Amino acid sequence: MELLLSLAIGILVSSGVWLLLRPRTYQVIMGLSLLSYAVNLFIFATGRLKIGAPPIVEKGTAIDPANYADPVPQALILTAIVISFATTALFLVVLLASRGITGTDHVDGREPER
Amino acid sequence: MMPGPTHLLIAPILIPLAAGALLLLFDERERRLKDTISIVACAAMLAVSILLLGRSHTGGPDGDGSVYVYLLGNWPSPIAINLVMDRLSAMMLVLTAVLALPAFIFSTARWEKAGTHFHSLFLFMLMGLNGAFLTGDLFNLFVFFEVLLAASYGLVLHGSGATRVKWGMHYIVINLAASVLFLIGVAMIYSETGTLNMAQLAVLMGDLDTQSRPIAEAGAALLGVAFMIKAGIWPLNFWLPNAYAAAVAPVAAIFAIMTKVGIYVLLRLTLLFFGIKAGGSNGFGAELLFLAGLLTILFGAIGVLASQALGRLAGYSVLISSGTLLAAIGFAEDGVTAGALFYLVTSTISISALFMLIELIERGQDPAANVLAVTLEAFGEDSEIEEIHENEVGLAIPQTLAVLGVSFGLCTLLLAGLPPLSAFLAKFAMLSAMFSPETLGSGSIRSSAWWLASFLIFSGFASLIAMSRAGIRSFWAPLEGVVPRVLLVEIAPVAALLLVTVGLTIAAGPAMRFLDATADDLHEPDAYIDAVMNAVQAAPGPRGGIR
Repeated sequence: MELLLSLAIGILVSSGVWLLLRPRTYQVIMGLSLLSYAVNLFIFATGRLKIGAPPIVEKGTAIDPANYADPVPQALILTAIVISFATTALFLVVLLASRGITGTDHVDGREPER
Repeated sequence: MMPGPTHLLIAPILIPLAAGALLLLFDERERRLKDTISIVACAAMLAVSILLLGRSHTGGPDGDGSVYVYLLGNWPSPIAINLVMDRLSAMMLVLTAVLALPAFIFSTARWEKAGTHFHSLFLFMLMGLNGAFLTGDLFNLFVFFEVLLAASYGLVLHGSGATRVKWGMHYIVINLAASVLFLIGVAMIYSETGTLNMAQLAVLMGDLDTQSRPIAEAGAALLGVAFMIKAGIWPLNFWLPNAYAAAVAPVAAIFAIMTKVGIYVLLRLTLLFFGIKAGGSNGFGAELLFLAGLLTILFGAIGVLASQALGRLAGYSVLISSGTLLAAIGFAEDGVTAGALFYLVTSTISISALFMLIELIERGQDPAANVLAVTLEAFGEDSEIEEIHENEVGLAIPQTLAVLGVSFGLCTLLLAGLPPLSAFLAKFAMLSAMFSPETLGSGSIRSSAWWLASFLIFSGFASLIAMSRAGIRSFWAPLEGVVPRVLLVEIAPVAALLLVTVGLTIAAGPAMRFLDATADDLHEPDAYIDAVMNAVQAAPGPRGGIR
């Protein structure tokens, strides 16, 4: 499972970085989205991979931490998802404004001369 | 003994948040009301920060400094997300408020009209800044960073227009990518230490085994890269001069502190994580910071010399300031840090003043005026009515060119670090600490001291050349003989900021004593760590609530 997850994160990051370096705004925003997915998976992995372990302890019972998943990374991911969602939406608006003002979707606002 | 500030500690975050949210309820046409509320909020922030500064410096049991901790949600200490205020945090809070009030007053003259929700965005950005300076938790730092960045995205686009959208877009992409690095770094550090509390991390960092240490160091390095992007270090800073030059003047003026947030975090975290307590990894990354700082100074100096437009000149001055500070942090010497903190305060204030001044000087010239006319028109303002309106309300100042010229001259002295103003004292403090027998002890002068000293002097020289050339072109040999019309509310903030630097020059003694104490705290962070680890929970009130 570790191998699968790390491969998935690696593929997401490499695709994200490649897209981020492309000259079209749409590619850039897709790249940023892929990167943020990869980061969310990465944060999740820092809590160690466990199957069928709840992150919430029950009240009044003896607690063995080994039976529970770490809740902190999950909380972090929730925050990170919300923030990346909001900033992506904001970036989308800027992208559209740039497209409207300059008439091109190139990140520099003009087509390169060939 | 003074009582602790308890709930006052969270006021610098709550004041702008509440005011900004309140202003969303009002229509854009109720400008006077919105101005009043914003100015009151900024003034309240300034008052609270000054109060907190006093407490942090003399609030301890024996009149000595003290570190105050605010446990959010009243959880027991290392678990709680906390706000921590020591001298450095308090100083940054005051600096933010000192910049915010003039920048805001400046914007009331005309720039706030160039787009919607200027007031709220401005206040939310202040909230993010204050939060970033106060928080003692790595992930909370990320959240406050995002708050201030999200507001800054709106502000950098304020006024719209092709140039702003283009450079604003680059600014947003770079910062989103930096946020990704930030998160990866935080996650790596968490995976090895199991905590995000900065003070607890400082304790745990020294005890890591050989297997975990490289991963934690790599995480810290990634965090460092994220902050260096914010601080505008070479080669991660090509977006900065353009974005700052494209932003409207009051926004650029408050952005002067944005790079300093990166510097603040680097200073705090390197000395907490890799200071004297770090065991095997003390001094981690210091050489790299030093080298990158020097290269940033060089890049900034070349940029300053090559700049045609005044706005870009100011943008490159930001880089020189960042580079100097990073190199000084990398130098990792108590006295140099104190001097660097003094330099941080004066250079931020002078760059902020310069950004506002530039807009006034360039107003007489065509490009800026055209952009303003276009944006105001696009936003539905009738320019003729606006003109009459201004004539009735605004109080124009006499002898405009003389006033602008003197202010520009003062900015030149400050950026070049010439006597008699505070920038000279700051550079002098850094240089003397590098070469004084006290800090050297029995050792000889470090070769890096010679490098830093020569770069400091070289960058001052480059700034002097560039600023005098720009001054001659603007005041003595202007192409168009148009005298800009400057309102009192526009020149007063610039004058106020310059007066603050004059005040710092006169009160250099007390200021340096404070900053020496700040630097001592930073280099020996025991007080900070103890205060956080042993913070006492508030006792439950009579009804189970918190008193």
